Amino acid sequence: MDGALREAYSDFNGWFESEDPSRLRKKQAEAERLFRLTGITFNVYGRAEATERLIPFDIIPRIISAREWSRLSRGIEQRVRAINAFLHDIYHRQEIIRAGRLPVEMIAKNAAFLPQMIGVSPPGGVYTHIVGIDLVRTGPDEFFVLEDNARTPSGVSYMLENRETMLHMFPELFSQNRVQPVQNYPRQLRRSLAACAPTSAGDRPTVAVLTPGIYNSAYYEHSFLADKMGVELVEGHDLRVVDGRVAMRTTRGYQPIDVLYRRVDDDFLDPLNFRPDSALGVPGILDVYRAGGITIANAPGTGIADDKAIYSYMPEIVEFYTGEKALLKNVPTWRCNEPESLAYVLDNLAELVVKEVHGSGGYGMLIGPTSSKRELEEFRKKLKAKPDNYIAQPTLSLSTVPIFTKSGLAPRHVDLRPFVLVSPQGVDITPGGLTRVALKKGSLVVNSSQGGGTKDTWVLED
Amino acid sequence: MLGKTAGGLFWMFRYLERSENTARLIEAGQRIALTRSSSAEDEWASVLQSAGAFGGYVEKHGSEVNRDGAIDWMLRDPDNPSSVLNMAEAARNNGKTVRTALTREAWESVNENWMTLRDALARKVPERDLPDVLTLIRQRSAFVRGAMHGTMLRNDIYDFARIGTFMERADNTARILDVKYYVLLPSVVAVGTSIDNVQWQTILRSVSAEGGFHMTFGQDARPREIAQFLILDKRMPRSLAFCVDKIQSNLGYLATDYGVRLSCHDLCDQLADHTMSHSIDEIIEMGLHEFISDFLKSLAALGSQIEIDYRFYN
Repeated sequence: MDGALREAYSDFNGWFESEDPSRLRKKQAEAERLFRLTGITFNVYGRAEATERLIPFDIIPRIISAREWSRLSRGIEQRVRAINAFLHDIYHRQEIIRAGRLPVEMIAKNAAFLPQMIGVSPPGGVYTHIVGIDLVRTGPDEFFVLEDNARTPSGVSYMLENRETMLHMFPELFSQNRVQPVQNYPRQLRRSLAACAPTSAGDRPTVAVLTPGIYNSAYYEHSFLADKMGVELVEGHDLRVVDGRVAMRTTRGYQPIDVLYRRVDDDFLDPLNFRPDSALGVPGILDVYRAGGITIANAPGTGIADDKAIYSYMPEIVEFYTGEKALLKNVPTWRCNEPESLAYVLDNLAELVVKEVHGSGGYGMLIGPTSSKRELEEFRKKLKAKPDNYIAQPTLSLSTVPIFTKSGLAPRHVDLRPFVLVSPQGVDITPGGLTRVALKKGSLVVNSSQGGGTKDTWVLED
Repeated sequence: MLGKTAGGLFWMFRYLERSENTARLIEAGQRIALTRSSSAEDEWASVLQSAGAFGGYVEKHGSEVNRDGAIDWMLRDPDNPSSVLNMAEAARNNGKTVRTALTREAWESVNENWMTLRDALARKVPERDLPDVLTLIRQRSAFVRGAMHGTMLRNDIYDFARIGTFMERADNTARILDVKYYVLLPSVVAVGTSIDNVQWQTILRSVSAEGGFHMTFGQDARPREIAQFLILDKRMPRSLAFCVDKIQSNLGYLATDYGVRLSCHDLCDQLADHTMSHSIDEIIEMGLHEFISDFLKSLAALGSQIEIDYRFYN
């Protein structure tokens, strides 16, 4: 808390001080039981033992004032609109490249760029329907964007279930504090997806969620969202192209789908058009898509916008498409494919965070300040061997929020992922989001696959 | 509703029913072993047969059947696909697959069933803990049924769940009869006397029907009446007639709901006719064993047809 109490926390703090710590400890244990029972678990890849784990939940909410939130939302909306405009441009005229604001090799050599999408205009002009923007705070009113998740951002079920759990355990807190609700998200998601249906769809478009199956790490979320939206949760083997439509096998025969919210990566979406060995996708779905027979959310090829190398151009991208300066700051980023930047990064490795351009989940990254000499040397070799593969950023002095520990409150680093829905009707940002917290003292890594936890995130009403 | 979801529900409820039935069979077996030690090994072999677990057991352990081995095989051996533990996990995995078709309460009951049994069956169950563990298995199963009954819409989702339940239950009761049919046949020795007390009690116990039977027929049971009770009595919730009746009505709801009668409806009608158009004396006259074998075959054929008609797999 930077030593002083932020204003948004003052009411909460009054409650906390009057609580018996042993009751809170019991509540913490109760929360874990609730999560297990509901099945909010995730699978850790590459570990045979304990394949299902809980993401640790901290009972102290992260609180954001209405004023802070409205500033943030404006910045997020601006950024998301720019990302969609950028995607449209990249798959059409590529004005931004013609204007010399983005080097052509950023696109041409990028594995996330899908040539199959060139000239394709998705229904409603929306490419990235569901976006998660990862933010960190470094001071009062100072937020940086760490990452844009424009492909298939996950974690929204935690935002919702964390709130459910808090409501269940501490109803009195919600009577005392005016917290903006997040529970409308599934309804808004369905509405937003339906609004993006192809024009050929009727008044009530058929929406479905595509999952890789029960062994996927985010399966819980897939089933949760399908359940809350009241739509079918399908896998590749439930689907087939019938009469030019993507249809699902029901007990009464094949029924066409208008909008598919897919939680399967591009590569696996269509064995005829992408990876032929994929059993997760639907043969021919991309052809139906290109012919306008189905909406795929998010559109194939959106990964080009959340690539870590493209990230470094986001200030230019926002300005190019919105004509305004970016409201949300980017973390200064050195692209290691540029010789001068590489030289700087190699000279200052111990102070920097180095990330793989296509990496995610906190894997394959180097955190200079907490790494040993040997780790630094090893990473130096990797960097020299494949500089194109990396970007580097300074370590920010992240602000902290309190968590509940055995010895009372203690400060920990957090990030924030608000969830954004985009449709022709507009941009909708749920007031709240997923707060991930590095549970280890001093740690900056918040990823759940690396021992991070989550918290309920409150946006207060005015 | 997705074909996969219908199949997932159908099997999920078969698995739950099977694990509950296995617990009952073990309970009955344990009872007979404690009261009559001489032929205990034969008894465990027939329990394994009734549970459909004999072949696998012999493959792994050889044909010498002993109590500990048999119980462990049926409760928790990972190599036995029908062990209670594997069934609980399979039911839960199916529950995950069909999660959107279940209410939160129904899903949580299946998840908790697995969480509880996983812990209770983590190690070999010592004899002194066996009664508690078997009770736990039945109780958890009852919770799932209660959550389903109390919270689920009566629509096609519920129909498939019920069809799975009663297919499995009919199969189970028929297999118990198949293994023990000789006990129920009138024989020279048994004429005019009551049959081997322990044997028929086992049969009744393995379908939780002791109380019901005594209420209906009094204490002095004769084999003919037991056969009548387990095959034809529509009041008895584990009898063949009861189960077939339930399958028939639930398939009927689907036909009404979807507005289509399919091949499985004809097969089911045939099965119901075959099961209920004879008196118990006629059945014994024609051959109890043949009757049961035919029943099991028709039941399996019905299962496959339902799978095809409602597109479980393709």
